[in-house]
Amino acid sequence: MACFLVPAAEAVITTVAAKVIKSREKDEAVEISFADGIVQDAVKIKFSSKLGWLNKLLWGGSALLAFEHVWHGEVVPFFPFLTAVENGETAEMLAEMGSTGLMMAVLVTAVWVGMLAVSSVVEKRVLRASKSAQEGAQA
Amino acid sequence: MTLLTTVFAAIISTIIWYKGAPKSDMKVGTLCWMYWGASLMWLVDAIFEYAALGAEFFAPAPVDMLNDFYLGLSVVALGLILWLVILLVKDPKGVVRAALFKK
Repeated sequence: MACFLVPAAEAVITTVAAKVIKSREKDEAVEISFADGIVQDAVKIKFSSKLGWLNKLLWGGSALLAFEHVWHGEVVPFFPFLTAVENGETAEMLAEMGSTGLMMAVLVTAVWVGMLAVSSVVEKRVLRASKSAQEGAQA
Repeated sequence: MTLLTTVFAAIISTIIWYKGAPKSDMKVGTLCWMYWGASLMWLVDAIFEYAALGAEFFAPAPVDMLNDFYLGLSVVALGLILWLVILLVKDPKGVVRAALFKK
């Protein structure tokens, strides 16, 4: 009916949040030693960039799902734009948004949290390896 | 079928992205995010449908399957069009700029 509106609403919020966070963030420089022994300065990916991953997942998914709703005649290009509202099925539509739509937003966010956790582990592992390589070179 | 088509599109675009990484001249990452986002959302849709239909969910009528596959292909095409628009607007290789401002 209109389940894609829930992740789309979340996308609006996270996009604004990413812009606000980006304006306040500073670069965090680190030294990374690569497998061939070369040590280089690198900049850690900022949280706003990681929030961008969620934005892209939510906007992309919502856009393609909106197309599916147009395909099935659930979204129309004239007011009130939603067939369910036009047919007096607003309560059912809201119930669907509260179940399917909410679960869509929750699943996408949960996957993104999982990606944050994995990227954090990878970052820590690389930094730890760089540190021990540098200590080895100094000894 | 729509979910399956989008998942395959997501997997293929992710492989193409990984082959070209860390360079992102073609912005294939955008395509990956779009397809994965839609796949996750359709997965939720499929779970709810399975909860309502049970085993019947896995035995759709051929006409429904064909229609869903047609929708899936249309979704993939729309994703490619959106990606193309983003690619041309952002123009990471400067091709559009070079074409517009010839010396």
